[in-house]
Amino acid sequence: MPIGTKRRGLLLYTVPEIQMRKIQTCCTVLGACLLAASPQFAQTHARANAPEIPFDSVPNFLKLPPDLYLGEGIGVATNSKGHIFVYTRSQHTRLFEFDATGKYIGEIGEGLYGFAFAHAVRVDPQDNIWVVDEGSNMVIKFNPAGQVVMLMGRRPEPIDAGLGLVPPAPGSNPQPYVFDRPTDVAWDAAGDIFVSDGYGNSRVVKYDRNGKFIAAVGTKGNGKLQLNLPHTLAADAKGNVYVGDRSNARIQVFDNDLAFKASYDNVGAPWAVCITPGPHQYIYSSNSFPDSNNSELIPTSGEIYKMELDGTVLGKFGHPGKKLGEFSTVHEIDCRTPDQIMISEITAWRVQKIVLHPGVKK
Amino acid sequence: MKKVKNCIFAVLFAGTLCAQLPEIAYDSVPNLLKLPEHTYLGEVAGVATNSKGNILVYTRTGEVATAGASRIFTHGGSRLFEFSPGGAYIREIGTGIYGFQFGQAVNVDAQDNIWVVDRGSDMVIKFDPSGRQVMNLSRKPESVTLEGRGPGGGGRGRGATGVGIAGDNFNRPTGVAFDAAGNIFVSDGYANARVAKMDKDGKFLKSWGSKGAGQGQFDMPNSIAVDAAGNVYVADLGNKRIQVFDNDGNFKTQYANVGSPWAVCISPGAHQYLFSSNSNATDSMDNGEIYKMELDGKVLGKFGKAGKGLKEFGTVNQIDCRNPNGLFVAEITNWRVQKLNLH
Repeated sequence: MPIGTKRRGLLLYTVPEIQMRKIQTCCTVLGACLLAASPQFAQTHARANAPEIPFDSVPNFLKLPPDLYLGEGIGVATNSKGHIFVYTRSQHTRLFEFDATGKYIGEIGEGLYGFAFAHAVRVDPQDNIWVVDEGSNMVIKFNPAGQVVMLMGRRPEPIDAGLGLVPPAPGSNPQPYVFDRPTDVAWDAAGDIFVSDGYGNSRVVKYDRNGKFIAAVGTKGNGKLQLNLPHTLAADAKGNVYVGDRSNARIQVFDNDLAFKASYDNVGAPWAVCITPGPHQYIYSSNSFPDSNNSELIPTSGEIYKMELDGTVLGKFGHPGKKLGEFSTVHEIDCRTPDQIMISEITAWRVQKIVLHPGVKK
Repeated sequence: MKKVKNCIFAVLFAGTLCAQLPEIAYDSVPNLLKLPEHTYLGEVAGVATNSKGNILVYTRTGEVATAGASRIFTHGGSRLFEFSPGGAYIREIGTGIYGFQFGQAVNVDAQDNIWVVDRGSDMVIKFDPSGRQVMNLSRKPESVTLEGRGPGGGGRGRGATGVGIAGDNFNRPTGVAFDAAGNIFVSDGYANARVAKMDKDGKFLKSWGSKGAGQGQFDMPNSIAVDAAGNVYVADLGNKRIQVFDNDGNFKTQYANVGSPWAVCISPGAHQYLFSSNSNATDSMDNGEIYKMELDGKVLGKFGKAGKGLKEFGTVNQIDCRNPNGLFVAEITNWRVQKLNLH
């Protein structure tokens, strides 16, 4: 095996020069590298050896009016102005907007029919705001002014059957336009839409920019082209789609036509993935501390990984806890600015702005 | 070319449509309805205009509660809004009223009274032009269920299955229409499968129909309209036909060449037209075209298709055709009303 080439399963990755040093640190002998082909080993290996990235969390970042509270911090995203959108499970599911300094601006979609049980918020390149609601089974697009402009999926009718949509039984053949507890949304450069769907179905669905069904991939399981709780997804500049296959503890990469490309199984259970913009894109992936709050899992979860698109782990940061700078079940990551990421946390009911110091020795 | 294709299709499947299926050109007015801040439409089940051209919109806005670990969502709640002819917001009618549960349709009668049909509360509710509630048909089932003693009063499904009882006791009603004398016709509905006729004071006169595919039977009658002569047109959605009855419910004819009619509307004036929407199902992006017909069933043209953009349709559930060249359509899955100017 040539130096600078890392073997993972059947896939070969050429590792850029700049990463060579890290790999050499990881694998002091070539034999160790080959051992790393075993998923079990790879996982432990990456976790144990990824360099720690120093970071700070900005104190008292989001300033809420006195009569407003966040609930579970389910979704966080920023737009091109740095405004921060937080999709939260409070008494009702709500969507709040803050400016780049954390000052409260307002609420979007107050009392909206499709807000039932928040799951994710994302902002597209045109600054449209998209929410994914696990309760209403909908993906809702707002324009930058906060008006509803497109809807995907449909909230089940509250009254008995009629023409109401009942999501198909798990394992049956999912319908093109019916979600079953969807989790996330992403776009490629052409504006095609990718939805991870989700807790009920186990698939990723591709639609064109007008919401017309194109293709789907995934059935429930842990094999090839299978997913077990696709919980999050992101697309890179080339249109490849990275799916957080949470319960299988792997990130699966599909090409733009949803053909399988690769699987990264050395970063724990990916609850939240984010891909940075710009010429050199990075992946952030959170192996979140489970919302069961099982303290036995503290040593093996809670960290966020920074990776190259090819899966090379560059570093990691964070651990479970309730204090500032500790992570309480990270549910979504925003990484528009690669070294200033936003994270929303389920159990701490908050959003943290994390400033990374990648060059600094810890 | 398009016409030729339609022709071939029509010859194969419908016969009578050949050479009679021009596409009707139309525009949709962008950003029609201007809502106040923090007010949103949900699924738009109903749209109607009054004599001033004001637009009434009945929408399923829902009220959602989440209940802790069990993740229970309770749904329900609909709202009725009024807009000016240009789409400026005027007011809300019936805020929080007992019968607004799962909106289905709104109609305005010749005296500008506003009628809503609610498929959740099983009610038809009449408001006067000022917005006061003045008459109810049917009753919302009681929300309590007594342990070991079955549902509370006003429960659904009384009478013979699909036929109901001889009275204004509806089971998933869908539409309301009026004849020149003010008699009230209700399509009832998803659980019953009948048409009920009441006089103008709400006194029950008769009903006809049962669940099935035969003449005078219905499978999800989703919409109803009455022409100037008092004939009753029922959108028999599940049977993919419009059935026409005389004023006493005697079967006259049926039109089975316009897809699944979700919404029918008959325009006023000396020459009346029948509009019918072959709406896409809520889980599909197929079909969606609206037909313009003569009352005798002759198809004059069609327009539109399913989609999410302007001029495209997301499960049209009601059509207003007070102005036959300026239609309003209520869309379930696109959560909006469009004003369509036909050319």
